[in-house]
Formats: sequence, structure tokens, C-alpha cells
Amino acid sequence: MKLSLEQVEHIAELAKLGLTDEEKEGYRAQLSAILEYADMIQQLDTEAIPPTATVLPLRNVMRDDEVTPSLPVEDVLANAPDVEDNCFRVKAILG
Amino acid sequence: MALYELTIREARALLRKGEITSVELTRAVLERIEALDAKVRAYLTVTPELALEQAKAADARRAAGEDTPLLGIPMAIKDVICTKGVETTCGSRILKGFVPPYDATVIAKLRAAGAVLLGKTNTDEFAMGSSTENSGYFTTHNPWDLTRVPGGSSGGSAAAVAAGEALAALGSDTGGSVRQPAAFCGVAGIKPTYGRVSRYGLVAFASSLDQIGAFGREVADVASVLGIIAGYDPRDSTSVNVPVPNYEEALMPDIRGMRIGIPKEYFVEGIQPGVEKALREAIRTLEGLGAVVDEVSLPHTSYALPAYYLIAPAEASANLARYDGVKYGLSIPGETMWDGYRNTRGQGFGPEVKRRIMLGTYALSAGYYDAYYLKAQKVRTLIKQDFDKAFERFDALVTPTTPMVAFKIGEKIADPLSMYLTDIFTLAPSLAGICGMVVPCGMADGMPVGMQILTGAFQEPTALRVAYAYEQATEWHKLRPPLDGKVEDKEVMRQ
Repeated sequence: MKLSLEQVEHIAELAKLGLTDEEKEGYRAQLSAILEYADMIQQLDTEAIPPTATVLPLRNVMRDDEVTPSLPVEDVLANAPDVEDNCFRVKAILG
Repeated sequence: MALYELTIREARALLRKGEITSVELTRAVLERIEALDAKVRAYLTVTPELALEQAKAADARRAAGEDTPLLGIPMAIKDVICTKGVETTCGSRILKGFVPPYDATVIAKLRAAGAVLLGKTNTDEFAMGSSTENSGYFTTHNPWDLTRVPGGSSGGSAAAVAAGEALAALGSDTGGSVRQPAAFCGVAGIKPTYGRVSRYGLVAFASSLDQIGAFGREVADVASVLGIIAGYDPRDSTSVNVPVPNYEEALMPDIRGMRIGIPKEYFVEGIQPGVEKALREAIRTLEGLGAVVDEVSLPHTSYALPAYYLIAPAEASANLARYDGVKYGLSIPGETMWDGYRNTRGQGFGPEVKRRIMLGTYALSAGYYDAYYLKAQKVRTLIKQDFDKAFERFDALVTPTTPMVAFKIGEKIADPLSMYLTDIFTLAPSLAGICGMVVPCGMADGMPVGMQILTGAFQEPTALRVAYAYEQATEWHKLRPPLDGKVEDKEVMRQ
């Protein structure tokens, strides 16, 4: 599976990674090699095999809807680069 | 014997008798760090004042009649585990300066037991790597040969324990990140069953695989730490509510009649001859102790690597979406909000993390999901079934931990696939979610070799028992890296 430059750019945009031209070329070669290796799994017949998302026999772990103490807001915001009125401040999303 | 050389078991005995204090012990380890870590570079952050305060508190608790298996024991913590008030970077530039407002559950448990936390150890960025060379800060050096890697991603924790810069340490293991560095640095390490230890406060890499584990200089020490950190946690819905056994009771040097399987797929061409020789010898030792040894086949072993490198990056690409320069860490604003994301993530993540985010995003993207991610999850089922079948016949499986001893710094960094191949023996057990324990079992090319002992889900006592019996019958765990001459060199240089 050889990736094109356009595919690499598409993936980078999906993941919101700003890459240099040099990085794009590097990842194109490396990801192609890794995917070529990964194609080995296509040899296996998995028609009747269910997927494993987790090894645990768990589904939808629920808890009681009880109010418990949360972390202090100021502690949580202390690591944020930009804060206003107890909120994270971001640039306009629409516009 | 210097105090920093003590095992937990030895230190605990001296603390209980009142022959040493935790302050003395902690000071000795801090001095060792001071003398050595400029060369080994195991730590990203050392917190001497906090450590001495905790040591004082531990001594006071002991004076008041309290006792726990870890009271006053100095330990190191991999920097992917949140420590309240102490910077936690995950070895990433994108989290430079992040100070968690809370403790991970394992840290809260260590504090409650009175362990002394020395600082945070180096790791490949977000635990993605096999050598610590992917750390955003620097590479840790193997205490046995400073020109070699300590393994990864928990290389800082393994090196710290091997070098006497901590009595024990926590690491995390997603595809081998406790077991591989334990083998490379010649210490004992355990990756418990998925769900055995709470992941609350462990910064997520691949959530269906991540598990916190422990390093020590002997098996008993690993058992002591596991006994404290294991257990159900309502804050981690994937922690499993099964009782925590007394792991120290599992430490019996008797494995007569125990059925041990040797998976033939783990002794393949390409394995370093010295590693294979050490393992064959170790297996003979287990037989000599009365274990019933037989060959077994895990036919899907070779598919573990491709399955892992689709599943883990896919999960990582989702988990790492949270680093957007808004809530914490690096923030490089741009013209628009989206430009800010692209800048922050493009410049904040290192090459391997970006590579895995790209790989995972691709495996999950429209048109490729079925062929890659879903297919890999089905292969995961086959790998798990291999182990389920093997554990019908065997109590434990024994394999090499890695195909080779620790490699040279720089040797594999340019070729990601060759780096991934160093993990071929640890990936399948991770995909199956089972328990894996590593103990030193020989030397090759002057470097330690590690034996991997695999047991079924929640069968940690069996893994510890095999490891302990082997350790009691051999001397490998008593070897220490030849570091002391080098420390003297450094002191001469200072004068």
C-alpha cells in the first residue's frame, strides 16, 4: 500500500497536524512501509471471527447518578494558556 | 553495602528494626541520583525536598506504630502518571509545564502506604517507543553500558532501579513498555492483567491495552508494589472488581508439578544466539526445579505486530485529540482556531507520536476502517484464543522478552519498523490482556537477558511464583551494572 502525497495531507488534516513538506515526504515513505507490513493480516480468514474491542467481559459500566465533589475550578484552569470568567478562552469557531 | 543498593525487602527489615530511618535511606538515594544521573539521565524531574518531607512523615508514622510494605521506601514514577503538584510531561514538549491538579489512583495508594516519591522518570513521548529516544527531552542511558538504550518506553524507571537511583519504580506497559526495559536493564518487572490496576490518572495512550506495572531489583519487591497498587477503582470503569490476593504469599520457591509451556513461535530465526542460549538454560533450570515443561504452539504470533500497530495507533489518535493548546500545555495560536490546533499539534508532538497519530487516523478513516482497524480487532480475537487454548494445558508460558539485548543509542531510530520489531515477544500478550512478568536470566554480550513469564488473566500469583522460584535458584538478579568506577571518574572531573 503506497500512500500518495494527497493522502498524507488528507490524514494530517483529519488529525489537525501542521506538517512541513519534508515531514510529509518522510511520513509518506514510512507509513507506506508500515502499512505494507501490516497488510500481512489480510492473509488471515476472519470471516467468522468476532472483533475484540476489549478483553474484559464488560459492557456499559453504569454508576449511580450521585453528586460528588469535583476538582476546584481554579485548579483545573491553572494549566490553561487563556482563561476568562472561569472558562477556557478560544478563538471564534464560526465566522 | 550502601543504602541505595538495598532491595525493598532488605530496607523494610532495617526500617522495622529501627536500624535506619527513611530520611537516611531517602538521602542516600538522592545522593546517588545527584552523583550518577548526569550520566544515566533516568529522571526528567527530581523532587528532593518533597521526598525528604515524605520520608520524615513516614518515619513519624512508623514511630507512631504504623507499618505497611512500602512505608518509607523511595520510589520513582514514570512521567506518564499524574502526580498532584509535580510537573507531568509524558516526555512530550506539548505538556511542558503541565502540573496535574490531582493524583492518579496508584499515586494516591502509594502515598497512603507511605512510599517516598523521588521524582518522575524519562519515557518515550506518550509512552510510544522502545528506547526512550522518542522522549521530547533527552535519551536515558543503559546503566550496564551507557552507549546503549535502556529500552522503552519506561526506560527511565528501569534504568533508575538498575542504577540504584530508586528502590522500585512504576511504569506503564501498552505493548511491552515495562517488560522490554526490565529485560534490557536486568531488573524484575511486571505488567499485570488488563484491569488489575486502575488507570485513573495514567495519561492515555491506547486505552484497551494500557496497564500500570512495577519494577524492582527482585521479585519480592515487585510483589510488594503490586499488592499496594492493584485493585478495583470506581474511577476506572475498566478496572475489574476481583479481590487482590496477598502477592507476597505467592512467593514460594516450589514449582514442582507446575506445567510450563514453551511457545515454539518465540524461538525463531533472527533471535540473538546469546539470548536463546540464556533462555534454554533458564528453561532447564525450571525443569530442574520440578516444573513439567512442554512445547506449545501459538499459531497467530506473527500477526501480533501488525495487529498491534493498527489498534494502538488508532486508539492513540483518538486519545491524543485532546492536546489542542486550549486546556493545558503548549499553545501556539494562529489566525483561526483551526490554525492554532495545527500549529500546536504540529510543533508540540515529536516525530514518532505524529507518525502514530497519522497511522491511527488512516486506519480509522472512511474506506479503510474495515480493512485495517476492524480486521486487526478480529486478529486480536485469534491471538487471544491462542493463549486461552494454551492456558487450558499450562499454568504458565516462558519466552524470551526480546529477540536481542539492549541495542546502541541511534542504531534503530531512523527505521521505525526495525524499532517496532524489538517488541515482537511482548505485543501478543498485551493484545490478549494477560499477565507478563520479567526476570533477569543471563547475560549476552555483557548485557542482561530477561525471561518473560506469561500467565492467564488475574494469575499474577502464578507468574510471581515461577519468577521467585527461578530467582531463588539463580544469581542473575544479584548482578549490578558496573557503574561505580564511572561515578568516581565524574568526581575526579569535578575536582
